[in-house]
Amino acid sequence: MPTKVEKDAITGTMTTGHEWDGIKELDTPLPKWWLYVFYATIAFSALWVVLYPAVPFVNSHTTGILGQTNRDDLAKALATPDPRQAEYRARIETASLDEIRSDASLLAFAMAGGKAAFNENCVACHRAGGAGAKGYPNLADDDWLWGGSLETIHQTVQHGIRNPDPDSRQSEMPKFGEGMLTAAQIADVADYVLSLNGETPSAEAVMRGKAVFAENCVACHGENAEGNRELGAPKLKNHIFVYGGDRATLVQTITGGRGGSMPSWKDRLDPATIKMLAVYVHQLGGGE
Amino acid sequence: MNAAVLTAPTRREPYNEEIVRAFMIATMFWGVAAFAAGVYIALQLAFPQLNLGLEWTTFGRLRPLHTSAAIFAFGGNALLGTSFHVVQRTCRARLFGGDAAAWFVFWGYNFFIVMAALGYLLGITQSREYAEPEWYLDLWLTLVWVVYLVIFGGTLIKREEPHIYVANWFYLAFIVTIAMLHIVNNLAVPISPFSARSYSLFAGVQDALTQWWYGHNAVGFFLTAGFLGMMYYFVPKQADRPVYSYRLSIIHFWALIFLYIWAGPHHLHYTALPDWAQTLGMVFSVMLWMPSWGGMINGLMTLSGAWDKLRTDPALRFSITAVGFYGMSTFEGPLMSIKAVNGLSHYTDWTIGHVHSGALGWVAFVTFGAVYYLFPVLWKRERLYSVRLVGVHFWTATIGIVLYITSMWVAGIMQGLMWRAYDQLGFLQYSFVETVAAMYPFYLVRALGGLCFLAGALVMVWNLWKTARGELRDEPAIVPRVARLAAAVPQAAR
Repeated sequence: MPTKVEKDAITGTMTTGHEWDGIKELDTPLPKWWLYVFYATIAFSALWVVLYPAVPFVNSHTTGILGQTNRDDLAKALATPDPRQAEYRARIETASLDEIRSDASLLAFAMAGGKAAFNENCVACHRAGGAGAKGYPNLADDDWLWGGSLETIHQTVQHGIRNPDPDSRQSEMPKFGEGMLTAAQIADVADYVLSLNGETPSAEAVMRGKAVFAENCVACHGENAEGNRELGAPKLKNHIFVYGGDRATLVQTITGGRGGSMPSWKDRLDPATIKMLAVYVHQLGGGE
Repeated sequence: MNAAVLTAPTRREPYNEEIVRAFMIATMFWGVAAFAAGVYIALQLAFPQLNLGLEWTTFGRLRPLHTSAAIFAFGGNALLGTSFHVVQRTCRARLFGGDAAAWFVFWGYNFFIVMAALGYLLGITQSREYAEPEWYLDLWLTLVWVVYLVIFGGTLIKREEPHIYVANWFYLAFIVTIAMLHIVNNLAVPISPFSARSYSLFAGVQDALTQWWYGHNAVGFFLTAGFLGMMYYFVPKQADRPVYSYRLSIIHFWALIFLYIWAGPHHLHYTALPDWAQTLGMVFSVMLWMPSWGGMINGLMTLSGAWDKLRTDPALRFSITAVGFYGMSTFEGPLMSIKAVNGLSHYTDWTIGHVHSGALGWVAFVTFGAVYYLFPVLWKRERLYSVRLVGVHFWTATIGIVLYITSMWVAGIMQGLMWRAYDQLGFLQYSFVETVAAMYPFYLVRALGGLCFLAGALVMVWNLWKTARGELRDEPAIVPRVARLAAAVPQAAR
């Protein structure tokens, strides 16, 4: 029950007559603009409900006059070839890698597409520009584990390394610390490898290490530590190490072995994209 | 002056104000904790080394610590405390259920917060945003919340006033709806009675929709309805003017609580959520625009005839600026819920900017306005220790907010545009990591904004501590420039 309706001196509006802890209320009508904008948003909403899927029933829902759905939009977008790309993609799919490289317009397209695909798929491990990181080889230099020709790069991207793809590249750096070499022998081999890379550990250790190396390592890494691309065995005398060339890391590598893996991309990326990636990586700096 | 002065009343007060004082102290404590945690994780984004390489201090664990501290610890204690103050004053009734029940709510709620925070640091979370605590804490909070509802509802029932004041409608809507949201979203089966882990009762897209029904209404009923209740009491009190429109308060109240509850699906645009639900989430959000602005209009227009008070009362300036930010973010929200806009804004830092214009500008500012009003009232002081320091706090915090939200707007829109940029051959122009690198300067500006906000809050805590102790800073009163000039003219003429 209103108790004391009064006129507010400042606004001239009547109060509702209620009071709580000294707080009164004015009986101001709803602002017109407020009400009309509210109605407008309701009208907009009603229109949207008619145009788009909106009202659910037990097992279905209204589809809206426009019949638009997110799934259809996506399917349509995926099915429509990009007019900027369709022609080039078709040509790249049939062209050989060398043909792509020798055609200026195809090469430009492949470089752009390869860069985009590289940035989306490869930089997480190989880093921007293929600079590499510990465990992930640098792709911008001319040192290649499995080969740096267009063909070998393409093969590596397509099938990857040490993964379940039957065509993936396979090899293993054994765990020499598990019953094959003693800790002292491993330390000596590490010193020998250091000596191949400009360091000067104790001459005796290097001599001992050289003997151990000749017996255990040359099968893969070669007589002169020049590496073997058939096996993905790195060269050990050019200061480039995938996992690090300091003594502690070398000891760790020899003791525990290494077996880094790269995914097979053939089921994730289309053939044209894989070709473009091969061309792009080949051009990063050290392609052969 | 000793510590007893701070809490114990000299004689029994007609209302239970001791509990309100306790909640206000907790609000101050958790506010500083929440802002500090926010500044720290903002710096982590710019300088990832600050993760310290420890699992307990990684961004992933500290981020829910920050959001829960801001929403539930700072915001929650502010809401519980002011609701107890407002319901007693506007019902002319002491809290229902006795002092022990009120103390149970205070300690029970703050125990919940501490346990939740410890859980986050230890990695115990059910991974639902803003509902991270696991099943055992959810049960405990349910108990505390029911007692809170009984106290609040009981006080309304035994009121001496014929009508229920609008602030109490909003507080009641907040309490009832949060209970419903909390229970439904946390339905889960524990792995065993002795395991901290549980499985959600829902699966797949139903689970996602339940979570965002909860998540969006945590914003709607915790951070909006509850704080509108606060606004409806403290703004008329500070301005000493009647509420602008009773009719508007009724219409916007019912429109707001009816529409908000359906808006959650806009958090799941362009996901596995069926198209029809996305459409409904969008249109209900668009219709929310005016009901939200009803609260803003009622807050701002209550100052009719008292606008001059903004010059001399920086605490009122907090409350009114809060209402302004409320209007801004409740326009931005419906805008971002439109699917075409959401396609750009979603998953970017624009969302973070939007949330903080609401959390810092609205929630924190309206709370600051309320506590500056409440401290002298609760501790029976003639005035605040220093009104001028309130002005210092106001400008420091406002500059902080502006730095924060503008940097996040720019960063978010830039991020969204970079994600969808194609080069002339139709390839994506930027890699994800390039978009992250581009955020760096904006992360720095955001952290600076947060630092300003934290610094302002520390000034407030100092000021309120001195106020509670009964000290008065010897300072000239704030006189409006016009009045100063008017006073100067006759002297010059003489």
